[in-house]
Amino acid sequence: MTRISVTVDGTSYQDEVEPRMLLVHYLRERLGKTGTVVGCDTSNCGACTVHLDSKSVKSCTVFAVQADGRDVTTIEGLAHDGELHPMQQAFHENHALQCGFCTPGMIMQSIDLLRENPSPTEHEVREGLEGNLCRCTGYHNIVKAVMSLGEGASV
Amino acid sequence: MTVTEERPASEVGAPRRRKEDQRLITGRTRWTDNMQLPGMLHLAMVRSPFAHATITSVDTSAALSSPGVAAVYSGADLAEEQGALPNAWSIIPDQVAPSHPSIAVDTVAFSGEIVAVIVARSAAEARDAVELVDVEYDELPPVLDSRAAATDDVLAHLDLGTNVSAVWIFDSAEAGTGSDVEQAISTARTGGVLIERELRQQRLIPAFMEPRSIVVDPTGEQLTVWTSTQVPHFVRVFIALVLGIPESKIRVIAPDVGGGFGGKLQFTPEEVLTVIAARHAGKPCKYTETRSESLQAAHHGRDQWQKLTLAATKEGEVTGLKIELVADMGAYLGLVTSAIPILGAFMYNGIYKFPAYHLQCTNVFTNKAWTDAYRGAGRPEATFAIERLMDELAAELGVDPLEIREKNWIKHDEFPYMTVCGLEYDTGNYEAATEQARQAFGYDELRAEQRRRREAGDPVQLGIGVSTFTEMCGLAPSRWLGSQGYVGGGWEHASIRMLPTGKVEVITGTSPHGQGHETAWSQIVADRLGMPFDDIEVLHGDTQIAPRGLDSYGSRSLVVGGMAVLAAADKVIEKARPIAAHLLEANPDDLEFAAGRFGVKGTEAGLGLGEVAFAVFQAHNMPAGTEPSLDSDATFDPETFSFPHGTHLCAVEVDTETGGTKLRNYTCVDDVGNVVNPLIVEGQVHGGLAQGISQALFEEAVYDDAGTLVTGSFVDYLVPSAADLPSFVTSRTETPSSTNPLGVKGVGEAGTIASTPAVVNAVVDALRHLGVDDIVMPCTPHRVWSAIQHSSAGAATPADNPAGDDAGLPSHNAAVSEGSTGESPGEGPEAGGNDSRGGLS
Repeated sequence: MTRISVTVDGTSYQDEVEPRMLLVHYLRERLGKTGTVVGCDTSNCGACTVHLDSKSVKSCTVFAVQADGRDVTTIEGLAHDGELHPMQQAFHENHALQCGFCTPGMIMQSIDLLRENPSPTEHEVREGLEGNLCRCTGYHNIVKAVMSLGEGASV
Repeated sequence: MTVTEERPASEVGAPRRRKEDQRLITGRTRWTDNMQLPGMLHLAMVRSPFAHATITSVDTSAALSSPGVAAVYSGADLAEEQGALPNAWSIIPDQVAPSHPSIAVDTVAFSGEIVAVIVARSAAEARDAVELVDVEYDELPPVLDSRAAATDDVLAHLDLGTNVSAVWIFDSAEAGTGSDVEQAISTARTGGVLIERELRQQRLIPAFMEPRSIVVDPTGEQLTVWTSTQVPHFVRVFIALVLGIPESKIRVIAPDVGGGFGGKLQFTPEEVLTVIAARHAGKPCKYTETRSESLQAAHHGRDQWQKLTLAATKEGEVTGLKIELVADMGAYLGLVTSAIPILGAFMYNGIYKFPAYHLQCTNVFTNKAWTDAYRGAGRPEATFAIERLMDELAAELGVDPLEIREKNWIKHDEFPYMTVCGLEYDTGNYEAATEQARQAFGYDELRAEQRRRREAGDPVQLGIGVSTFTEMCGLAPSRWLGSQGYVGGGWEHASIRMLPTGKVEVITGTSPHGQGHETAWSQIVADRLGMPFDDIEVLHGDTQIAPRGLDSYGSRSLVVGGMAVLAAADKVIEKARPIAAHLLEANPDDLEFAAGRFGVKGTEAGLGLGEVAFAVFQAHNMPAGTEPSLDSDATFDPETFSFPHGTHLCAVEVDTETGGTKLRNYTCVDDVGNVVNPLIVEGQVHGGLAQGISQALFEEAVYDDAGTLVTGSFVDYLVPSAADLPSFVTSRTETPSSTNPLGVKGVGEAGTIASTPAVVNAVVDALRHLGVDDIVMPCTPHRVWSAIQHSSAGAATPADNPAGDDAGLPSHNAAVSEGSTGESPGEGPEAGGNDSRGGLS
């Protein structure tokens, strides 16, 4: 067991974890952060995407011990005092989700995409979301939601 | 107190944002795998690596002594109590089927079949112990190709004696719905046109994003089962029937369910085994599959060979269609496996009115995962066949593919129309939808560009694909289901509870998993009862809350379930009317109900429905002999199907040097009758398009020669990403259905049904001048390139096209946007003999 100290959604935790434990399992099983989900075994689907020090990572490809001393934000840490993050609001407004299983990862990746490129073209949005799979929406409204928050998007 | 109206004049038709979203966008969703119960144990499955084998021994001793392991079961341990999994549809009275165990006892019939179950303190410990179970097998030869299976040379189940499960025939002359197809063919052979093709519907995997998960709590009076399913009501009945547990002792909950697409329309081995393990342990048990297990062992879809003969006059009038299908059941019959091709069998005539039709379907077993419902379920296969043939007919006659369709389709003033398959189409306007699509697409301009590029010999050629479709949706009239050999009914149930404070609970027997029923049903009830949208709560997916229901599949939820909701609302009004009249001291016949209020005609006097609900709660002043309740139930059984339709147009750019295909424009006009929520309808179309396009270009479940699934992860099974798809141009025409009071038609499967032939027609159209007249799906760069090389214009030698590499699997990017010749032989998993292009090149 290895001792880690990690901040998740603004709360500090100290925990003993197995070195093989994945960050996503630490979040789900130890902290009850079940908003972050597992959709595949091969890091293809992106459903488990969270922010590690404000950059998106697939939490199924990060060991919990690698998060030691770092700051993790999950889908559950985005809204503050009942106020949705603009990306959450944009997904709602644009009907960018159906079953919602990919949504947490998709929202976290979309936020990171705009952080890196605040005014992306549609092509850039599509390329930027390539690592996140959705089976319901055909991506049409997801792309629309992200574009709606790009700088220069007509509000 | 009066009901305050803060809502649009009509909720139905408004693009309401979904009620469901709040929990989904904030990570508060209740997925089954999120459940943690005190003392809960975790299951892992040991699965067969062989497609066909005899189990000679199972040694569980090492696994049993592994840390945290509580129990290990082999098939022999559970042979007596596991019962047999059900197939609920016998398409012919003497349908042949093997017994379908949840855990294999003596033999395995596909790779991925469960052979042992581990029960442990944690999921990780359970998985660790999987490696320690020692199973000895004697391998048997597998049969993998469905057409080979039909010959019975190699048997998928030795004890069955045959691979043929059923031969089902529909003949329009025999059925009295049309004339003799052989006569039509013989006439066309001498003086008309015959189009003969054998088309392949590749095997697909539903690939819902949430892996299936089951939690069973056996500690209460009732066995409580949470399961990631489309069909909680089915699951309850089948747990009772298969395991002999009284139905009244079972509660099944489908909490938030992450997609289904037919893939969760099943009663599964994993459900049975989790129930058994939990009852043995006396503790809650959970099983969550890995993605690889899901791809390997959750049911697959499609997988048919279609031998087609279309007869027409030289003027392009279709005179008959003859079809010989071979449908691959896989190793077993699941819930409705055998009926999937039959659901398509009534739709091969599409939107056309030709007089003669014959279909023979041979259902066969192979040693592969069993097939069952996948979005569209039979109808995409049928639509693909007829729409590919119509393009081939147009090409043969040298006319525009839209023109050939117009010549043959049912005109808007010919509805209701009795088809050659004996179905009465309710309404439609194919002319209007096609014209609208044609304009939005810029059809004539694109054809002009296509001509320019052809004349210039552009290496990147433009192809235009057309698909017009209709589908039977709204499964289904119970009487029809009974006549086709299905054991269940097709009705749906709803109830409405009027709460004392004027709020409303709507209980629906449908079981949404992304479709937005909480929002749409609220809109329907808000209009009918005149109550605010936000005052309506829709409850579902728990047999204790919604005890009656037949769940969600087959584009049935709105056209069947929505009608039950509507009928229950009407009953509430009718129960409230005499009570309101009594309270208002008026004659019930003098009351008008509008905008949530009973008003006395010609006066200002009136009572809101909420006020009546409170008076009923008090029950101080009820009319004599009236029960103090407004709560109402309704069960709706449709008289017939509804038939949405649409015209889909697709432009692709095909790089003739690399075989790369790029979707440039996808435009569709769908007619799903009246629309409850246009936002949700559009979303359904978008998602359906993605899945249908993906069948055309990307997806295929590929087995190797030994029967191992080589597309067993998302690395190899190509669910498209955002980078693989364009934005879609979607719009609608609205021809109300005449078969239900809201005038609605189903939409869940429309996009998937229509889009596959549109895309393949476009790819073929781009290359037709080179002599290409078919490409097997998925149209990967390698297959497209090979088709060009093999075409009359290609100059290839056989050495240019290494055999057996047709299912090369490109990366997402290469497949669509850039094209690639990088799939050298051996680079990707190769197709097994069953998945090769056969005689189609």
